[in-house]
Amino acid sequence: MAPVEPRVQAATTPGGVILEARNLVKHYGHVTALDGVDFELRSGEILAVVGDNGAGKSSLIKALTGAIVPDSGDILLDGQPIHFKGPLDARKLGIETVYQDLAVAAALDIASNLFLGRERRRPGFLGDVLRMLDKKGMRAEAERSMAELKFHLPSIGSAVESLSGGQRQGVAVARAALFAKKLAIMDEPTAALGVRETGQVLDLIRAIRQRGLPVVLISHNMPNVFEIADRIHIMRLGRRAAVVSPKTHTMADVVAIMTGAAKFEEAASPQAG
Amino acid sequence: MNSASALSFGRTSRIAAKFVGTPSVGPLLVLLAFGVIFSLTNPRFLATQNLSIILQQTVIIGTLAIGQTLIILTAGIDLAVGAICVLGTILAGKLANSGYDPVAAMVLAVLACSAAGVAAGSLISGLRLPPFIVTLGILGIITAALRLISAGGAFSVTDEFLGWTGNTVRLNGFIVTYGVIIMLLLYGMVWFLLNQTQWGRHVYAVGNNPEAARLVGIPVGRLLLSVYVLAAFIYGIAAWLALGRIPNADPNALQTANLDSITAVVIGGTSLFGGRGGLIGTLIGALIVGVLRNGLTLAGIDPLWQDLITGILVIVAVALDQLTRGRR
Repeated sequence: MAPVEPRVQAATTPGGVILEARNLVKHYGHVTALDGVDFELRSGEILAVVGDNGAGKSSLIKALTGAIVPDSGDILLDGQPIHFKGPLDARKLGIETVYQDLAVAAALDIASNLFLGRERRRPGFLGDVLRMLDKKGMRAEAERSMAELKFHLPSIGSAVESLSGGQRQGVAVARAALFAKKLAIMDEPTAALGVRETGQVLDLIRAIRQRGLPVVLISHNMPNVFEIADRIHIMRLGRRAAVVSPKTHTMADVVAIMTGAAKFEEAASPQAG
Repeated sequence: MNSASALSFGRTSRIAAKFVGTPSVGPLLVLLAFGVIFSLTNPRFLATQNLSIILQQTVIIGTLAIGQTLIILTAGIDLAVGAICVLGTILAGKLANSGYDPVAAMVLAVLACSAAGVAAGSLISGLRLPPFIVTLGILGIITAALRLISAGGAFSVTDEFLGWTGNTVRLNGFIVTYGVIIMLLLYGMVWFLLNQTQWGRHVYAVGNNPEAARLVGIPVGRLLLSVYVLAAFIYGIAAWLALGRIPNADPNALQTANLDSITAVVIGGTSLFGGRGGLIGTLIGALIVGVLRNGLTLAGIDPLWQDLITGILVIVAVALDQLTRGRR
């Protein structure tokens, strides 16, 4: 169980804590979905959240994106306690979420999808009175951010349905990157994709980290997690069983902690947590 | 459409590419083809007087089809189109005939039509009932209510203001009614809303993928409500245009308006599955139906054939949409 080559450094990007949750509890009737879970996302990192089905992954993420309100516990953004009433609150505070099922309007073009729900209007009379869209400005901004993410697409004016599945999900990921001020949460973004397309999306997530935006990645796919994550948050029975580094732990270690076959104390090096 | 490929080709092919990529090109070609056939078989077809008649005959269905387009774009359907419009004509006619100020009567009628849109939109967005069922129910309710109000019979409406939209103006030797001008203005305004504003973007998004629209924070329910109210408001305007064409309010009028407006929308290339299409196609679709009926009448062909050919066109249009969807 012990790592082959323990490293001194726990994570590649030790930074300040951006998003923190303390002792979150959520009951659904007699079912306890979250049993006092803690969570911590640091600046500039990709934090993977893994766990078996029913371990509380989804409930944790829903609490962090405002989709559910926990029964008790605190959520802190940049050290400030926050209370979400709904997903829009989270978005207003700069937390963007990417969902598994390609949340794009396929018949609309790429630029329209990037700005969907956040369209910009032209300045002056045309925008204020006639409510006219600034199509050129949005297109230019979309092209700029796509270039910055090194995400190569056909014309920004082509319909999303003309893209491959990976490129479509890329549009959803890029949308999060474009608008997330604090962090982006990706809920199984590659679950519906093939191997090559998954690679495209993972590249994009790395590019987002490079821009300094921390990312929470929920995934079932261990090889992907080990390929991309800086730290791995392991859920078990509604709690955080451990946070480990992919550099100090193997996939077998993580699976063992996930399933309860190993306790964190046995498997971890102290620096990792 | 693709800027990279467009750069490597010339300007002409860029325009050509844009042309082919525009969805209303197919319907436009169909319209032109019918125009050529009818003008070859009958020289009277292309006479300005005849073209002006075609436009006038298109006014009611053409206007109703604007609202129908909005609703079909949200993946809905409106079966109460004709009933709401007739509600407008009966109310305006009744009020004006019983001594009310005609302008106030028309305004009240348009408001009553809009209220029917509020009812439909609330049931569809609030209770999430299927548009097909809701509008079918409203069709039944309004039709029955109108027959009760008007005691089953039609009555004439001779008020000058209510008939004003039937007056003609001469534009460069081309005679059009104010009704035609109002219809074209409505097309222009709603086209602007659909293509240049956030609201229009959201109409397409909601019709295309309502779940995605909700996830990005678009208030889907409120948007649907606004669509049904605006559509019903337009049906109210269409009631005014209808009184201009025929100075008569008849509770049994416009019974084919549902099918005719849906025909115009579908032939114009708007998808019944929502999220694709637009108003330019609908205008062309309405003109196709108008040209077809007019040309076949001029050729002395039995009106039954008009219905048959329109029916075939609708099925072909829907089949084409289904096939191209399969490729996506």
